[in-house]
Amino acid sequence: MYSIHENDPGTPIRISTKRVVVTVDGTTVNVPEGTSVMRAASLAGVNVPKLCATDQLEAFGSCRLCLVEIEGRRGYPASCTTLVEPGMKIRTQSPELAKLRRGVMELYISDHPLDCLTCAANGNCELQEMAGKVGLREVRYGYDGENHLNADKDTSNPYFSFDPSKCIVCSRCVRACEETQGTFALTVLGRGFDSKVAPGTTSFLESECVSCGACVQACPTATLMEKSLEDGGQPDHVVATTCAYCGVGCSFRAEMKGSEVVRMVPDKQGGANHGHSCVKGRFAWGYATHPDRITTPMIRASIDDPWREVSWDEAFAHTASELRRIQSKYGDGAIGAITSSRCTNEETYLVQKLVRAVFRNNNVDTCARVCHSPTGYGLKATLGESAGTQNFDSVDHADVMIVIGANPTDAHPVFASRMKKRLREGAQLIVVDPRRIDLVRQPHIQAAYHLQLRPGTNVAVINALAHVVVNEGLLNEPFVRARCEGEAFEKWRAFIAGEENSPETLEAVTGVPAAHVRAAARLYAKAGNGAIYYGLGVTEHSQGSTMVIGIANLAMACGHIGRPGVGVNPLRGQNNVQGSCDMGSFPHELPGYRHVSDPAVRALFEREWGVRVQPEPGLRIPNMFDAALDDSFKGLYVQGEDIAQSDPDTENVLAALRSMECVIVQDLFITETAKYAHVFLPGASFLEKDGTFTNAERRINRVRKVKPPLAGLADWEVTARLAAAMGVPMPYTHPSEIMDEIARLTPTFTGVSYEKLDRLGSIQWPCNDQAPEGTPVMHMQQFVRGKGKFAVTRYVPTTERANREFPLLLTTGRILTQYNVGAQTRRTANMIWHDEDVLEIHPHDAEQRGIREGERVEIRSRIGATVMRALLTERVQPGVVYTTFHHPESGANVVTTENSDWATNCPEYKVTAVQVRKSDSRSQWQREFDAVAVEQAGLLPRHGSDTAE
Amino acid sequence: MKIEKLVMMANAIAAFFEAEPDREIAIDGVSSHLRRFWDPRMRRQLVESVDAGQCEGLNALVRAALSERREQIWPSATASG
Repeated sequence: MYSIHENDPGTPIRISTKRVVVTVDGTTVNVPEGTSVMRAASLAGVNVPKLCATDQLEAFGSCRLCLVEIEGRRGYPASCTTLVEPGMKIRTQSPELAKLRRGVMELYISDHPLDCLTCAANGNCELQEMAGKVGLREVRYGYDGENHLNADKDTSNPYFSFDPSKCIVCSRCVRACEETQGTFALTVLGRGFDSKVAPGTTSFLESECVSCGACVQACPTATLMEKSLEDGGQPDHVVATTCAYCGVGCSFRAEMKGSEVVRMVPDKQGGANHGHSCVKGRFAWGYATHPDRITTPMIRASIDDPWREVSWDEAFAHTASELRRIQSKYGDGAIGAITSSRCTNEETYLVQKLVRAVFRNNNVDTCARVCHSPTGYGLKATLGESAGTQNFDSVDHADVMIVIGANPTDAHPVFASRMKKRLREGAQLIVVDPRRIDLVRQPHIQAAYHLQLRPGTNVAVINALAHVVVNEGLLNEPFVRARCEGEAFEKWRAFIAGEENSPETLEAVTGVPAAHVRAAARLYAKAGNGAIYYGLGVTEHSQGSTMVIGIANLAMACGHIGRPGVGVNPLRGQNNVQGSCDMGSFPHELPGYRHVSDPAVRALFEREWGVRVQPEPGLRIPNMFDAALDDSFKGLYVQGEDIAQSDPDTENVLAALRSMECVIVQDLFITETAKYAHVFLPGASFLEKDGTFTNAERRINRVRKVKPPLAGLADWEVTARLAAAMGVPMPYTHPSEIMDEIARLTPTFTGVSYEKLDRLGSIQWPCNDQAPEGTPVMHMQQFVRGKGKFAVTRYVPTTERANREFPLLLTTGRILTQYNVGAQTRRTANMIWHDEDVLEIHPHDAEQRGIREGERVEIRSRIGATVMRALLTERVQPGVVYTTFHHPESGANVVTTENSDWATNCPEYKVTAVQVRKSDSRSQWQREFDAVAVEQAGLLPRHGSDTAE
Repeated sequence: MKIEKLVMMANAIAAFFEAEPDREIAIDGVSSHLRRFWDPRMRRQLVESVDAGQCEGLNALVRAALSERREQIWPSATASG
């Protein structure tokens, strides 16, 4: 069922410069050509009865309830499938129409349970509403005939039930699964009276359903119904907000009963998701009220001591005192902070301000360090701005897509559905990935080329593609001449044309057949619109920044930049990676990506803040760890990140944390990092926040508080109170004032305000005098840096290579149902799909080692070892193994190394040389992990949670 | 910090800029990168270790940058401040 209080004009919007004027029940309306009669009627204020039609799906014309009369036409056409024509005169009400509609409804109700008063949809049921609208008063056929009323209810899915006894076979669910989600898990089995909707021949849980919720949303009855709504009843009000999972940034309507969430429904007005969702955002929000939440501040002198619950005042006084003590003893540079990509722009801005204005240094970094920092570096160097070039809607105009090192169906599922829709319309796809991701072959989708390269050879592949473009005359020379720096281009062209970059030469390195590389290069270069989408499989390498530059080089060389349908599109991992970077979270940049060494920029902030800003860059996260082990870094404030689980070389991270004198963790739960903390400041979930998130397309979305913070303070208030306790008041009364300050100081945000966000719904930065309502597509007339700059991208093999001792290459990634370190999703019913991390291994490699499906195996690198179960699959190529890092006890990052990107220190998560062998027991590290978990659980206050992670 | 790690990081930076055919531009690239992205304590340690002859395996381009752009990488003002 769609969200309460939402208008549904019945068929999708049409865009056309041609207008058509029609009359509906005497009211004249002017609509775009291609609009349905039903939608035109709705725009004229007349809602035609309907059941199978909805504005989220193409018209189907099956329910026969939306019949109308059109002057000069015979019969009663369906208004959903009939398009407007100039001068049409439409009648939606007449005695004949009323009789027809009642007759249709009578048939539906003759095979529908009459339990409206006890039905979960009571109050928000389209069938019930239409029965009322058509004036159904009797069912002449009786209820004793053959029917479906005893059909079994399927409750296998943890989030929604399927009650076929209430199904009217309108096919909205089946069409939603096909058109909106693109999974094709549902079908209509049988013919005529035997027709029934089914997830194949199995249960929902066992089927190919991905639990995106599109079918549940589309259902006009209680057939597909959220269990939370079955349990909680209908909501009484709605608050529009933004999902706190991945970088797609879906808009949601939180349907509320008082301060309790009844369900989350994707917002049709959402600029990023247009009413679609995935299993995480739609259903996995129960962690926000999980009993593991810590809601009282706690302190302790040492990590071996029990936690002591304290008041907020005592927590701030203690923390401030400790941080100043450390600075007094070790120097101003001995403390720092890590901002969170899960927190709002306003919260992130305040943490970096705390570091720069109160800590008096630049030791601030963010988790983008370990994911997309190379994107910031590479795109700034080539195009002039550290951000993706397009909006998501741009994909509707793409003719050829290259997806590099990304797995959108798992990590960015809502955008993946948009991609799949475009691919079904005929766009072509090139996948560059060591692993056969789902996009390579799905129902009605087949990649033209899957360049299944060896891990660590991205730059060789991008160079080979560019080599073909240059040497086969596929360059877009007019674009390059007009838009790019000539000297840099010529230098690049001379480099890339060299034989060392030919697909044939590099085939031995990459493992990709040269012919495939050549064909893929031709396909992209010759496309009307070629778009590149990429993820962490590009950035998390020793040449991550080089690869981002290489991607920008290729796009510029082909002229695929600066208009809808093309571009360089980083798919950001977490909800506010883009925003946390925008807000000055990096140790070398102030908000708006301006280097701290620029005296004019510093002067701006110094005037606003009334303090001196340091001109030298601070420590990055891995540098903080090294400095901690070197005794020059002793205090760390971590807001909403779990570095002990997410960062590479876990043993090194833990050693660094143990060596510090004051680790402050602000989070929802006792995370892995919190086990090594001295101060715990309870955080607020996204449902308890006011602020903004910025998604992967630079779209600033409002996050609205739907319930008060469980711990009494919002996260921005915690940072502000800590600053005040350290002697620097930050007297904001609402996050909108923080955004006003950001707008005053940041040229790309000058035009942003909460008032404008509320008015427009969302804004894509830059938003300023030149673009007062934002910028969907960047670099249209010229690049932000003026001329685009090519740079030479020599392939430098990683030092992490397979050898006799470690013959396999481990690469890591995500799965659909879990998110990042899993702190949120592990506390939801999503565990039913993924309750442990497993090691994907090719059957050939498994057989060589005597490993069978499901057996425990040890994964050992030069850094460490862990044990998990084996999953035999040809999804990975021989010589490559793969795992996820959602469960802390899996210890995936015990194995990953200290290697990192040359420019940004982004870890080389994607290439670790390992050996795999059968194992009967947990690793030494895992046994130590178990012991720490038990010990730390025992140090929590007794009345609090006894379940440390 | 471990000097071996700083050397490894500096060498990786050099590996990118070595592709630049103009040596002066390459040296500028290395020195500018160190200045713009490395915390002063890291730069100081690298400079001091090179001065003390302790940077075994350090790339020649980094050595050139430290020699020819020393004031840019580790300004006297910073050193004294």
